[in-house]
Amino acid sequence: MDEDFEEIIQEFMIESTEGLDQLDRDLVELEQDPESQETIASIFRTVHTIKGTSGFLSFSKLEKVAHAGENLLSLIRDGKLKVHLGIVNTLLSMGDAIREMLDHVAIHKNDGNGDYSSLIEMITYLAEEDEPEASAPAAVVESAAAAEKPKQLAVEETGLPMPVAQPDVVEEADQTPPPALQVAQVETPKPPANTEPDPLSLLESKAKQVAEGNIRVGVGLLDKLMALVGELVLTRNQILQFTASQEDPALIATSQRLNLIATELQEGVMKTRMQPIGNVWNKFPRVVRDLATQCGKKINLVMEGKETELDKTLIEAIKDPLTHIVRNSADHGIELPEVRSASNKPEEGTLLLRAFHEGGKVNIEITDDGGGINHQRIADKAVKLGLLTKEQVENLTEREKTNLLFLPGLSTAEAVTNVSGRGVGMDVVKTNIEKIGGSIDIQSNPGAGTDIKIKIPLTLAIIPALTISGGGERFAIPQVNLLELVRLENKSEIETIQGTPVYRLRGNLLPIVFLDNVLELEASSVNKDNQFLDESVSIVVLQADDHQFGLVVDEINDTEEIVVKPLGKTLKDITCYAGATIMGDGKVALILDVMGIAHSANIINERHEKGIGETEKDLKSAGTERQNMLLIGVGESSRMAIPLSTVARLEEIQVNTLEKAGNRQVVQYRGEILPLIYISDILGDGSHAHNNNDEALKVVVYSENGKSVGLVVDNIHDVVEEEISVQHRMRRNGVIGSAVIQTKVTDLLDVPEIIRSADPSFYSSAGVN
Amino acid sequence: MDKVKQYCTFYVDSSFFGVDVMHVQEIIRFQNMTRVPMADSVIKGLINLRGQIVTAIDLRRRLGLSSRPAEDEPMNVIIKTSDGAVSLLVDEIGDVIEVDEENYEPPPQNLLGKARDLTTGVYKLNEKLLLTLDMNKLLDFSAIKLN
Repeated sequence: MDEDFEEIIQEFMIESTEGLDQLDRDLVELEQDPESQETIASIFRTVHTIKGTSGFLSFSKLEKVAHAGENLLSLIRDGKLKVHLGIVNTLLSMGDAIREMLDHVAIHKNDGNGDYSSLIEMITYLAEEDEPEASAPAAVVESAAAAEKPKQLAVEETGLPMPVAQPDVVEEADQTPPPALQVAQVETPKPPANTEPDPLSLLESKAKQVAEGNIRVGVGLLDKLMALVGELVLTRNQILQFTASQEDPALIATSQRLNLIATELQEGVMKTRMQPIGNVWNKFPRVVRDLATQCGKKINLVMEGKETELDKTLIEAIKDPLTHIVRNSADHGIELPEVRSASNKPEEGTLLLRAFHEGGKVNIEITDDGGGINHQRIADKAVKLGLLTKEQVENLTEREKTNLLFLPGLSTAEAVTNVSGRGVGMDVVKTNIEKIGGSIDIQSNPGAGTDIKIKIPLTLAIIPALTISGGGERFAIPQVNLLELVRLENKSEIETIQGTPVYRLRGNLLPIVFLDNVLELEASSVNKDNQFLDESVSIVVLQADDHQFGLVVDEINDTEEIVVKPLGKTLKDITCYAGATIMGDGKVALILDVMGIAHSANIINERHEKGIGETEKDLKSAGTERQNMLLIGVGESSRMAIPLSTVARLEEIQVNTLEKAGNRQVVQYRGEILPLIYISDILGDGSHAHNNNDEALKVVVYSENGKSVGLVVDNIHDVVEEEISVQHRMRRNGVIGSAVIQTKVTDLLDVPEIIRSADPSFYSSAGVN
Repeated sequence: MDKVKQYCTFYVDSSFFGVDVMHVQEIIRFQNMTRVPMADSVIKGLINLRGQIVTAIDLRRRLGLSSRPAEDEPMNVIIKTSDGAVSLLVDEIGDVIEVDEENYEPPPQNLLGKARDLTTGVYKLNEKLLLTLDMNKLLDFSAIKLN
């Protein structure tokens, strides 16, 4: 087929898809305010346009459906038919049918073979009811929640104001004319329309004006413009740096003008990519309505800050995560009306979406007044799934427990039923939001509701950054990660704990990371051990996730607007860099990835990390056991380990207190006779060089069933907590196997075996004592 | 038909190499580079090519040859790849040469080391031998592919 036709279809598709989105919104709005002439006109316009164009393009099925809808709508518009739930539902399904056919058109260039005759019949039937009061809308509508609505509408048909206030969705609520006028339906809702006899034509012409003031621009073009502006900003930076060293007043004046213009242009182009978050939210009324109807819930969706703008790419990126959260809140958060009234809450649940700018970021909050999240159940679930140990969970705060929802493992289908339903794909939500440099946090009060906060940057392309130098190179640090700058007059103010540098920042220990070390730069003067203790040090305090750390750099330079450019694939693997940028002097500087640096400097790792990160890492080690082990020495060199849980006490016993009972050495210990077993005897590691009378024997007291025995060892080294993976290959008498503990091969003692071989009666219940 | 291929030639440590001219975007003289700490040693740094950030690969190191004397400034042969441009640092630029397939031979058996892995063959020119480089393999230490 010829290209022109293709193009027309393409345009038709774009137009109609936009129209249908509008249609959904309008219909939900109409349901709230069935008298709104403006809404009805908007719906009518949309359907009319689709009908006209589809007729022109000879999509007859599409045209028929739209035509039937238009007929019904014209009756409503002319006031011959009152809107009721049945009509809204039918019109919504008409929208869905049209969408279905449009999808077909997009692929096959025809409107498909779907059978929509019953839909058309239904529409026609509704249109033919001349006595709306007489008809029973419930008969048409099969939905569960329908029962309440017709009553409400019936009240309205008598001309009384709406019994339930709906301040949220309906912006014109305050402009709703008094009942008398409503019945007459002559007056328009808006004051300026008073001079205009036909309100509809005015609304239509207004819409036309809006349309004429806009043009459609491809996103590709905008992206290109944005990239060019980025280049311009960089060039401007270069020119500014260059002219700073010049004295020609004309040149300086010109460059200053260039600076202003470039800044304004940058803002302007960024604005073209800005879209109100309402564009994403607009589909939520329908989503929530459908979900509420399905589950038999009553949900009032309130949206604040619809006009909050953010970059188009970000809008795209948050669309799915937001939808997911809203669905979750409506589906699992808000309870059934019965449950709600039982807990003294209004039957209708409220789902609040709020967006606002704060601190150069866009904040989005999704709040529901539903049942909240049972954090303990999530924690239990995490333990049950082996994502966390019991001890780890015990140390978590309530909020940390709630945020366990973001663990990948928790988002299984099973979790939906067990953990109040939340959690499906929440890890994906988190990943997607973090991908665009955002963060997400859940707070929940069981019984009172859930509050989810999302923070995302305004734009990604041009960011303010701090430039620093280290090891002779310049680096940029995104300002969002920056907390403060600290300058120490004296390097000795940095203390060390076991070789780890820390600094006391207003009383709190701040882990210190040397940039030169992390990036393996040639050691600069700053960190060359302790050579220059009196030298001053610059610390950049950074925030990575929940952790703060100080990055020691050679020099702190300046803040600058930088354009983030991606690094080639060759360098993608190095997690320390977020990208590169071109500085004012035309040279390239790397942008540090604060998270990456934190990781490679072990600021964030399984030991330090609290909460979520920890558990993610521990997943891997879930297979091996973590145990407390007592490390002992037997004989000259061999290291042995005993599970600490089997050890009652550690004692030192003077050799001269030893006594003999039969052929065995015993000692009086706490009023009892404690038989001693020399481990070296059992293991056959040669003779023990004891019985040097003034020496003390090191004894590990082992108790079981009220009986005790002392194991004589040569040395007691340490208690360690480690993951033990036992290798049984080196099994021998009294030894279970070997494991690597503290990087050394260590034999694991088989304590029961050792005791049995020395005292076969120890474990028999009939033992003497 | 077009048995004649064109190669962009250059010298690296007195050896004569060629790259299919279709891969070459441009040739520029020495640029200031920004070192990339922790990167593969083959990567010499990043250069600013009219606002585009280009990774520069030291061909001497890539081919396992001796390092370039510090006072010598390398030239940049900019190669087009699927991942944007990549620069090959070479000692000196030669001509664009048309070669005849008749003069082609696979690399000799006794050619060893990295040079063997990275060359596709040898063209016997009148006065010298031209080693042709396999760009895909040359960039293979990363995930980069040619267009």
